Amino acid sequence: MKELINIIADPIYSFSIVIALFLLSIKYIKFVGSKKFFWIALGGSAIFTVWAAQDKNFWAIITWPDNIPISILLISMGWLTWYAIYKGVNNDARTEKGEPPLEGTPENREKVWAWPNLVYTEMFTIIIGTAFLVVWSILFKAPLEEPANPTWAPNPAKAPWYFLGLQEMLVYFDPWMAGVLLPGLIIVGLIAIPYIDMNPKGNGYYTFSERKFAISSFMFGWLVLWIFLIIIGTFLRGPNWSYYGPFEYWDAHKVVAANNINLSEILWIKWLGMPLPKNILLREFLGLALTLIYFAVAPYYLTKKVFNFKGKLGKWINGGQLGGYLKSMGYIRYSIMVMLMLTMMTMPIKMYLRWFINLKYLVFMPEFEFNI
Amino acid sequence: MATTRQTINRREFFSYLSVGWITFAAATGGMLSLIFRFLYPNVVFEPAMDFIAGRPDDFNDGVDERWKDVFGVWIYRNEGKLVALSNICTHLGCVPTWLPAERKYKCPCHGSGYYANGINFEGPAPRPLERYKVGLDAQGRIVVDKTKIYRYEKGEWTHPDAYINV
Repeated sequence: MKELINIIADPIYSFSIVIALFLLSIKYIKFVGSKKFFWIALGGSAIFTVWAAQDKNFWAIITWPDNIPISILLISMGWLTWYAIYKGVNNDARTEKGEPPLEGTPENREKVWAWPNLVYTEMFTIIIGTAFLVVWSILFKAPLEEPANPTWAPNPAKAPWYFLGLQEMLVYFDPWMAGVLLPGLIIVGLIAIPYIDMNPKGNGYYTFSERKFAISSFMFGWLVLWIFLIIIGTFLRGPNWSYYGPFEYWDAHKVVAANNINLSEILWIKWLGMPLPKNILLREFLGLALTLIYFAVAPYYLTKKVFNFKGKLGKWINGGQLGGYLKSMGYIRYSIMVMLMLTMMTMPIKMYLRWFINLKYLVFMPEFEFNI
Repeated sequence: MATTRQTINRREFFSYLSVGWITFAAATGGMLSLIFRFLYPNVVFEPAMDFIAGRPDDFNDGVDERWKDVFGVWIYRNEGKLVALSNICTHLGCVPTWLPAERKYKCPCHGSGYYANGINFEGPAPRPLERYKVGLDAQGRIVVDKTKIYRYEKGEWTHPDAYINV
């Protein structure tokens, strides 16, 4: 059992499993948003944790001082996500019956004073939060290390826990992409959401069925591409940034075959049996062409098949209503939204390319520090 | 019309104004010079950028780590050539570790791997480790100059200063 978990927790498999679980929970959202699911999930994860904590490797990794906030994050993330889905599903059921959402009922629309209602709650939150931090700082030692040394790095060298998703992205990308461009686009994209998304539905109340596309695309980026990568980076990366299963001992000499090559080498040396051409653009033309095709053909497909609500996926997004996002959002907002979507999807694409064909870079121009 | 009491004449006003401005400028300048001085500490705990690494016969074939902790340089000797490799990962600037059993440098940050000669073969590192300028002084000792780097992808490893024949 532990060996099986060690094997399937490898991101090569677990990433696909997490995507499948994510899609399943979107499909069966009503079940996920039920109290029954909550108790099953709580009981299941409690039993798993108690069982797994008996293993000394598992125990060592979850009680490492650096990792305790991440365990807290995971528990609170799971709870808050489920609670929002629960409320959304509840409201969707009310809407189906023709009732207003729970937040829109007359007794819930009543206004209350900030003092004492809000300030009182805030004061208690502050007291409880302070007490929690005091207890935490007494119980666990700060994970301080020796003074910094420019010629030596700890192995593994881990970023602060909130950046471990970013560090995991950097395994698959050039630092200019995963360190500058993608984080920049994440921040700009999050800032842009209120300007791109002009749909008033869901304002002030929880819902899922009225905002299927918005919620599922955001949650994919958040849960699968950020939280899950933090989990990998925290619990499953050991010495030399190699993969180590949750029950595996961190053996620094574990042999991992991680050789990888560039697309230009696959094309010219492996397929055509020629040396790499001297001309950089000729050498990299396949990668450049694929990138351009991706950013040109995918928007066309999405516009024709999905975001005009015509194909199967499109009908699911908006319940078979007419029109489409291009019409309701306008040309500029629509193109920005599609480009942000496509950029987000480059992340899983690049990860799969690395795992299945050992691809290092699609476009490889170290001469200009430009690698995709 | 009410009489205005003249307590300060025009000439005095300008002299006060000058004193005020000069004081202000002196204070600001003093503060800035302190900040400027702060940028140049009395003692810098940084290794020198060039050093004498010993005689070529001191090194056996393979990777030598004796200068790594002080200067961040691996000396690699193979097939009659001796080079000085930088220990900074070309991906994001972490410090790789030399793993003698696996015969490779491995970066602890994102898993980039390099062969003993510095060529990258696994992980996200886009290019091989950089080499420093090496030469022999009059006594036949190796001089490593870290201010000059040679990059493989620019074809600079064949430059005569990028290696010494031993």
